[in-house]
Amino acid sequence: MADKRMSEDDVVGRLRSGMTIGIGGWGSRRKPMSLVRAMLRSDLRDLTVVSYGGPDVGMLCAAGKVRRLIYGFVSLDSIPLEPHFQAARQSAAIEVTEYDEGMLQWALYAAACRLPFLPTRTGLGSDVMRVNPQLRTVRSPYDDGAELVAVPALPLDAALVHLNRADAAGNAQFLGDDLYFDDLFCSAADQAFISCERIVPTAELAAGGLHTLRVHRWMATGVVEAPNGAHFTSCAPDYQRDEAFQLEYVTAAKDAQAWSQFVDTYLTGGEASYQAALAARMTAARPTAARETELTA
Amino acid sequence: MTGVAEVADDLTGATASRAEVCVVACAEAWRGDGEIAASPMGTIPTAAARLARATFEPDLLLTDGEARYVTGTWALGQPASGAVEGWIPFRSVFDLAWGGRRHVMMSPAQIDRYGNANISAIGDFDRPARQLLGVRGAPGNTVNHATSYWVPRHQPRVFVPRVDMISGVGYDRAATAGPDASRFLELRRVVTNLAVLDFGGPGHSMRLVSVHPWAMADEVVAATGFELAIDGDVPDTRLPSADELRLLREVIDPSGLCDREVPA
Repeated sequence: MADKRMSEDDVVGRLRSGMTIGIGGWGSRRKPMSLVRAMLRSDLRDLTVVSYGGPDVGMLCAAGKVRRLIYGFVSLDSIPLEPHFQAARQSAAIEVTEYDEGMLQWALYAAACRLPFLPTRTGLGSDVMRVNPQLRTVRSPYDDGAELVAVPALPLDAALVHLNRADAAGNAQFLGDDLYFDDLFCSAADQAFISCERIVPTAELAAGGLHTLRVHRWMATGVVEAPNGAHFTSCAPDYQRDEAFQLEYVTAAKDAQAWSQFVDTYLTGGEASYQAALAARMTAARPTAARETELTA
Repeated sequence: MTGVAEVADDLTGATASRAEVCVVACAEAWRGDGEIAASPMGTIPTAAARLARATFEPDLLLTDGEARYVTGTWALGQPASGAVEGWIPFRSVFDLAWGGRRHVMMSPAQIDRYGNANISAIGDFDRPARQLLGVRGAPGNTVNHATSYWVPRHQPRVFVPRVDMISGVGYDRAATAGPDASRFLELRRVVTNLAVLDFGGPGHSMRLVSVHPWAMADEVVAATGFELAIDGDVPDTRLPSADELRLLREVIDPSGLCDREVPA
């Protein structure tokens, strides 16, 4: 089996401006944030980003990387509204294709199956049809004659996902309760890049249960070992969402100067620098008594 | 447990808070649904779905808010304590929704006379005055299975003549979008801090069903930005039973989160 291990910067080196890039996870859950952070540091631009969006979308919008966003929602879950996404929309800084969540699944599934479209009644009657005039309906060829939405396939140039474990060939494993649509993102894409908490020997994967092995090496172009790589989104069971940090992010995002400070502190250096800044933040947040004990020990 | 019995003896509908009346009115949305998934969004709908299952609708399926169906009745803000009875990752949620064995309760930013509802963005879609969540699953939910709505503050800004971005489909728009849009459309009820409404008015328009004990029908009409259908005298919304109040106060919402959404 090929060894597909690479770094975040290697992944970004294979992406190009103008590409359509799908990002796995859901809201503020199991997002490939170390890959997103590497994109923020790059000169990529004019991207079409496809996502069940969370801070991945917000940060890419804030960095001016996004030309078009294709999404069913953008939310931070415990904080419903994503501030950078709101700002980008309210200033008309990005073009958008807003779908029902299930329509987005259908668009990815059609691409993965190499079909031109998949039919659904979802979308009928809603303004999703009005704001996406490219959408067409299709009539059932059977006796029912039903008129349904033909959700067009959404092939991706690249997919970025973060899972709990993977082997060096790109067999990847989710250990939490939900795969979300990571396998669909990967199979709808020409190239899929998988970051994970830990790269393990292939023989260790099956112990987690067969149902956890839904992302396969034939989908994978590259594998990145990225411990804490989904931070500040959740990566259960390895870690939960860092709610305090998410709040810090949202607070900073609402003020230009505070955001600039946030970028300087966390997003300007590489991933090691980000993780070091997090560690420093944790130390600073500890109660004084604990720090004193540490100093005198 | 004599203590509990003594407390229960004092529980009458007259002692119910406004939030408790609203929770019971929301719970009533699921009456008769049987063995389907109840999908509440937000605090009061979540309390309501748990109350419905704990009392008159025992076969409902409820999730832990993530990917597990769980049994039992547990407190808002606390991890589910019952047995896990199934796995419902997001992939299966859309299968469930499109198959119709589900009744969702969402909170719209805007809703109109025929039940078109907006959770996406306020203002011009190309440059919204206020971007909200996006349409999420609302287009698919509404044309595939029963949908109800909860509005914590009944006001003309929410009950509008026209919504800015139709996320949840209403009866008039479904009728113009072909038979398949209407086939499974079922807007069950709208519960607010003032009243219970349904779509039993002319042409499936919104109708005032009952007013909560502290509200007047005129007040509801004034807080609604379009004409409401009213059939004769409007009754009061029913009060919670002693059993419902005990469940709410001791099991489902011991820390009073619902009272924060609708103050007493």
